[in-house]
Amino acid sequence: MDARTLSVDPQPVAQAGERPELAALDTGTLRAALTRMHLIRRFEETAEASYMRGLIHGTMHLSIGQEASAVGSILPLRRDDYILSTHRGHGHCIAKGADPALMLAEFFGKENGYCRGRGGSMHIADIEGGNLGANGIVGGGLPIAVGVGMSIKMQKQDRVCMVFFGDGAANEGAFHESLNMASIWTLPIVFVCENNKYAMSMDVALAMAVPNVADRASAYAMPGVTIDGNDLPAVVAAARTAADRARSGGGPSLVECRTYRLRGHSKSDRNLYRTKDEIDAWRRRDPIARLTAELVAARRFTPDECSAITERAQATIDAALEFAKSSPDPDPAELTRDVYAA
Amino acid sequence: MPPEAEAPGVTIDNAAAGGRHVRDGAPDAVRTLSYAEAIREALAQAMEADPRVFLFGEDVGIYGGAFGVSGDLFKRFGGERVVDTPISELSLAGAAVGAALTGMKPVLEIQFSDFVTLAMEQIVNQAAKIRFMFGGRARVPMVVRLPGGSGTGAAAQHSQSLEAWFAHVPGLKVVQPSTPHDAKGLLLAAIDDPNPVLVFEHKLLYKTKGPVPAAPYRVPIGVAAVRREGRDVTIVGTSVMSQRALAAAKRLEAAGVDAEVVDLRSLRPLDIATIAESVRKTHRLLVVYEGVKTMGIGAEIAARIAEGDTFHALRAPIVRLGGADAPIPYNPVLEKAAVPQEDDIFAAAMRLIGTRA
Repeated sequence: MDARTLSVDPQPVAQAGERPELAALDTGTLRAALTRMHLIRRFEETAEASYMRGLIHGTMHLSIGQEASAVGSILPLRRDDYILSTHRGHGHCIAKGADPALMLAEFFGKENGYCRGRGGSMHIADIEGGNLGANGIVGGGLPIAVGVGMSIKMQKQDRVCMVFFGDGAANEGAFHESLNMASIWTLPIVFVCENNKYAMSMDVALAMAVPNVADRASAYAMPGVTIDGNDLPAVVAAARTAADRARSGGGPSLVECRTYRLRGHSKSDRNLYRTKDEIDAWRRRDPIARLTAELVAARRFTPDECSAITERAQATIDAALEFAKSSPDPDPAELTRDVYAA
Repeated sequence: MPPEAEAPGVTIDNAAAGGRHVRDGAPDAVRTLSYAEAIREALAQAMEADPRVFLFGEDVGIYGGAFGVSGDLFKRFGGERVVDTPISELSLAGAAVGAALTGMKPVLEIQFSDFVTLAMEQIVNQAAKIRFMFGGRARVPMVVRLPGGSGTGAAAQHSQSLEAWFAHVPGLKVVQPSTPHDAKGLLLAAIDDPNPVLVFEHKLLYKTKGPVPAAPYRVPIGVAAVRREGRDVTIVGTSVMSQRALAAAKRLEAAGVDAEVVDLRSLRPLDIATIAESVRKTHRLLVVYEGVKTMGIGAEIAARIAEGDTFHALRAPIVRLGGADAPIPYNPVLEKAAVPQEDDIFAAAMRLIGTRA
């Protein structure tokens, strides 16, 4: 049930004629990646269903349709590397190796959730796993990443900090301040912009003076690339280049993953700002279906193997749901515990 | 500096004045240092003792700090531990959060405390809440130093006293040293603390001098100091107002009024017990602070005393003296009029004594 214990098949079995981004990935790695993408999808579908059934309250920001961006970006990272996530952060958390059962328990507000029920969907963190937290503030993680980068450098570690943010955050002052500081101090940071086209309802084309978020990298003298964020092998390749550069002392990079959230911004979204045709067009570019089709065509997996991966992910999330439901609620007498560290 | 800058140059011996503080070991030498020198000594000793400690901020390095507080630290510790930064307050505060989360102990100087308005997001939404939001599984041991207060002719955007804003935020600690001794001891305590601590320094106090032990020591956060014992009225002061209250207390003594002066030192946690104990003795309470009076720290102190058993010990209504409901003006006469002065404290205490129940 723990995503960290997924088996990894060591032998690289790239097939002749594969594009380089796919050929670079051994089958075990691809199995792990596909598994995590399915775990994210099932996790969010289960969370959504639980919400619809009134089992959990509050709101949530689903990343359904963005799984390749989360999994592909994090794939080149080590367990002791850091990530900073966003309000749409379930995918990052699972991709970094978090246990979906502890995440769902947090969703349910339970005492044995990742944050003892104090954080909920928007503040899930897995400190031991290197996830320094989702963030409810747009762009909130960017300045924190600068400090993590400073810390890594001051402690002479060879870690990398990867910070996720959306296209909306790219218009916050924090984005510009943080990229500048990361660059002048050559910090080991990978800035990953998940450009899903909308900052809530504001179309990025209307909100930004340049066509691509990555265009802004040149203002901060760092590499910037815009890639198809629904193409897992392409995301892995770009993230690996950026992570390698950061780890080797080359400094920060900006990777812009063009992707799309198939669900609304949050539970209140009525999709007034986009068309059904647009959503359907992006549904046809579903990153999980695309990767599965490519892997079957490349004979990396049989359709049966792909189905087995899906079923195992579903079983993991089903068990996680039972764990969450049966977990204890926090004790109100402990309300102010952990406001301060002793 | 205008003449006002030299006004609160009162030398206080904490121990002799009844200050309750804890020292780490017996200090051999006690020198006379300025408030700024005491802060610099604390920073140097913290950096010498712990490689995780570093100072960063705008012009803290080669310039020595806008108020000269960091002085020669850049030369002594180098640019990797005394880090000059771009003018990016929001991300500097965030950088402190990130460094603190991952094993460092950052000390950030916000050049003028007014500029913390640009960093509110990271301090209020991130630093203060991360530990709680993450279920106690993270800690954010960061210090923010903020030179605040009026009296230097710097006008409305460089003279504010915003400390009460932060005292309103669970998860933060807020201290305001009023003496060189406490400036060093509270800063060392703040650096040791596993939580985000905001240290509001006062620009008028930087040049004031007082006894400072040479060895490192900590002044506990959340403990007020009784600076002067008295029977007739309790005057609670914060930062420079504690010094003005002490000066007023000397004049009150000449007028036959025996004032007790409590230096609050910490706004959060708030040491209401020391204030209550004093009020039970004097039966009168005057709270003096530089922040805007409306919705300020004085309201919290007055309410806590009025809500508790100490209310029954009061023989007169609680009085607050705070900043006017106006931005700090440039004109020196107006500037003085905008915040409590020694004369105001003296007059308020005399009126309070006059309103016997």
